[in-house]
Amino acid sequence: MTILDIRDLTIRTAGGRVLVDGLSLSLAPGQRLGLIGESGSGKSLTSLAVLGLLPEGMAASGSVELAGTQVVGASERRLAKVRGRDAAIVFQEPLTALDPLMRAGRQIAEPLRRRGLSGTELRRAVLAALERVLLPEPERIARAFPHEMSGGQRQRVALAMALACEPKLLIADEPTTALDVTVQAELLDLLDALVREREMAVLFVSHDLAVVAKVADRVLVLKDGRAVEEGDVRDIVTAPREPYTRALVASARQLESALDRRSGR
Amino acid sequence: MTPVLELDRVSFAYRGSAAPVVEDVSLTVADGQSLALVGESGAGKTTLLRLLLGLTRPTSGTVRFGGDELRLGDRELMRRFRRGVQCVFQDPYSSLDPRRRIGSIVAEPLRSLGLETRHTAGPRVAAALERVGLPADAAERYPHEFSGGQRQRVAIARATVCEPRVLLADEPVSALDVTTRVAVVELLNELKREQGLTLVMVSHDLSVVASLCERTAVLENGRVVEEGDTARVLGAPAHPYTTRLVESVPRLPGPRD
Amino acid sequence: MKRLPGQNPARGLTRSLTRSLTLTTGCLLAGAVGLLALVSLFWLPYASDDTSGGRLAAPGDGHLLGTDKLGRDLLTQLMTGSRIAVQAGLGSVLIAATVGVTLGVLAAFAQGWLDDTLSVLLDILIAFPTLLLAMLIVAARSATLESAVLAIGLAQSAVVGRLVRVLVKRVLAQDFITASRTSGTSWPRIVAGHILPNIWPTLVVNLALQFGLAVLAEAGLSYLGLGAPPPNASWGRMLQEAQATFTTAPAGALAPGILLVLLVIGVNLIADGLRDTLDPAARRRRA
Repeated sequence: MTILDIRDLTIRTAGGRVLVDGLSLSLAPGQRLGLIGESGSGKSLTSLAVLGLLPEGMAASGSVELAGTQVVGASERRLAKVRGRDAAIVFQEPLTALDPLMRAGRQIAEPLRRRGLSGTELRRAVLAALERVLLPEPERIARAFPHEMSGGQRQRVALAMALACEPKLLIADEPTTALDVTVQAELLDLLDALVREREMAVLFVSHDLAVVAKVADRVLVLKDGRAVEEGDVRDIVTAPREPYTRALVASARQLESALDRRSGR
Repeated sequence: MTPVLELDRVSFAYRGSAAPVVEDVSLTVADGQSLALVGESGAGKTTLLRLLLGLTRPTSGTVRFGGDELRLGDRELMRRFRRGVQCVFQDPYSSLDPRRRIGSIVAEPLRSLGLETRHTAGPRVAAALERVGLPADAAERYPHEFSGGQRQRVAIARATVCEPRVLLADEPVSALDVTTRVAVVELLNELKREQGLTLVMVSHDLSVVASLCERTAVLENGRVVEEGDTARVLGAPAHPYTTRLVESVPRLPGPRD
Repeated sequence: MKRLPGQNPARGLTRSLTRSLTLTTGCLLAGAVGLLALVSLFWLPYASDDTSGGRLAAPGDGHLLGTDKLGRDLLTQLMTGSRIAVQAGLGSVLIAATVGVTLGVLAAFAQGWLDDTLSVLLDILIAFPTLLLAMLIVAARSATLESAVLAIGLAQSAVVGRLVRVLVKRVLAQDFITASRTSGTSWPRIVAGHILPNIWPTLVVNLALQFGLAVLAEAGLSYLGLGAPPPNASWGRMLQEAQATFTTAPAGALAPGILLVLLVIGVNLIADGLRDTLDPAARRRRA
């Protein structure tokens, strides 16, 4: 059984430029796949296409099956049912992903309300969602506006929102890139623990191999919209086969070894 | 030897705000001893950089350049300072004027400092572009024709065209892809070696710090909590915050045991 | 160098064609009115106050477009009217641009109380009805074209000023301004070399819009008798005078109305075309 089955996904601009070219991948429940690539590789577009969220003027062809629903060409009404329930997404910049004029509690309540919760039940669910992402003082955070929180807290709220409806698949698009290193480390640990205990499938999009390796078991390397190499994280990092992957790993290693040399490890 | 740049018990607070952004910071930058300013967002790194650039005046304490206190009124000193201290920013998209050609962007320090005129700047601009690995015809193009990494090279060419002693850099590679990042780090190392440039770099990326800087100062809440040789600070951190910082760096997994 | 989106030669060609189409159409429309205005300076079919044509004569027969209810030649009036419209538009925009850009740049650089004061001043000026301002100026001076232009220009300079303030602030926040400062560039040179070129595209479109609004406002003011005095026929006055006889002789109202619309559309098209040609990155953004 698969949660996500992408076959021959191609994304074009209105002008006919191909941004993602014949990509195929599949995810079983509980599997964690990292989508790695540099800017322009099409990794973010792919993650958006899974939820039918492609920006205006871009068209997807091929097949994206999410928990049995064909996303490519689906109507907005149909997609609305899928989003949140089957898959939810966390973006890179929590400040723009949250509505600046809405208190955190209300933002989290929104997807829950759609699931039919209300009153005390809803309130309790909101607080539970905030506690789950280890936010201190959930009562206070629920009343806070996005600008009253730190970047890390905002990203936790965004994560709480994504997890509120217990989706089968979590898509994380560079969720820690805008955060400080220490906050990043905490958030990655949290993310890892949450998806493990729920046996949730994860599609983790990032440009950073080391970050991907903390969450994903498998990685798919993308370059210019095409899949270059796919395999176990450890294999890819220690024995990359394709020249592009090798260059990517070498760059990451080079920076890391400078740190090792200096810090004497 | 007199340090190139020096912060002497510098504090800075925004007007009307009680909490200082930078508090009682003393730092020296010696020739050839590149310094990294490390800390989280809100630690005061960027304010410190603005103080070092003479863009913000400290609430108390002094900033010195080559032993002389920076005074905005002293035009001769400021000119010498501007020539000796240049900067590179994080976002290569915001740091180049979209309406100017690359040649004119790179020539700006030369012209503003009165070193060259529009007509005589050509050769030095070409040399600066070549040094950062850009094709000679780049001068005729506009910023939007370049990728992020190339734009950062343009910014470095502009900052080094008047051969400054110090290059202040605010997260110079954090907006770039990994492979581009390595290339720009290498370029900066080359400039350090060949031009005798001293870097003062704000960064949260410890591996970039380790690649480029001999010394590291760790900032927390506007104060320097630890300072010393990069190897010492990262290898044997004395402050718990530094330890946490070093341990938080995500690492590539090793081979299967 | 990597190939950029939108550099496909065929597509680039269509785009530059549509762009020049906008610009050409605009020039044709506004140019036609401009030509009428220009010719009116040297030659008019009849004198402005010549009423020999008989009341409401039909088009043709010595009067190409007929005459109005006082027997004046309609074409003559239209031509003087276009001159007044162009003068009103250019004059107002000139005042609005000079005063507005100066105030806007000052307000953007001002800090603390000065910034607040300038902002409040601009807001008051925006809230102040143009009509009231025009009445005050006419009361202080007299009902001339200059009074109307002054009133319109001043009212518009507040709008332009506020826009410029926001635009300049946005440019000031960019890193290349800081880079310029640390390169030792002086503030006046930063304003002239970086800030004005960067706010120009948006500003020029807004000024064109203001030109159209100024022409309309002048027509409105002269409709109320606050514009150019008779016998100078401005379009607004023509509309007013033709109002009573609109059902029997619609040409008197339609002709100035149509010219007014053509001029305003023309100028706006020119502005659109200009903005695109002025911007080196416009091509990429449109791709």
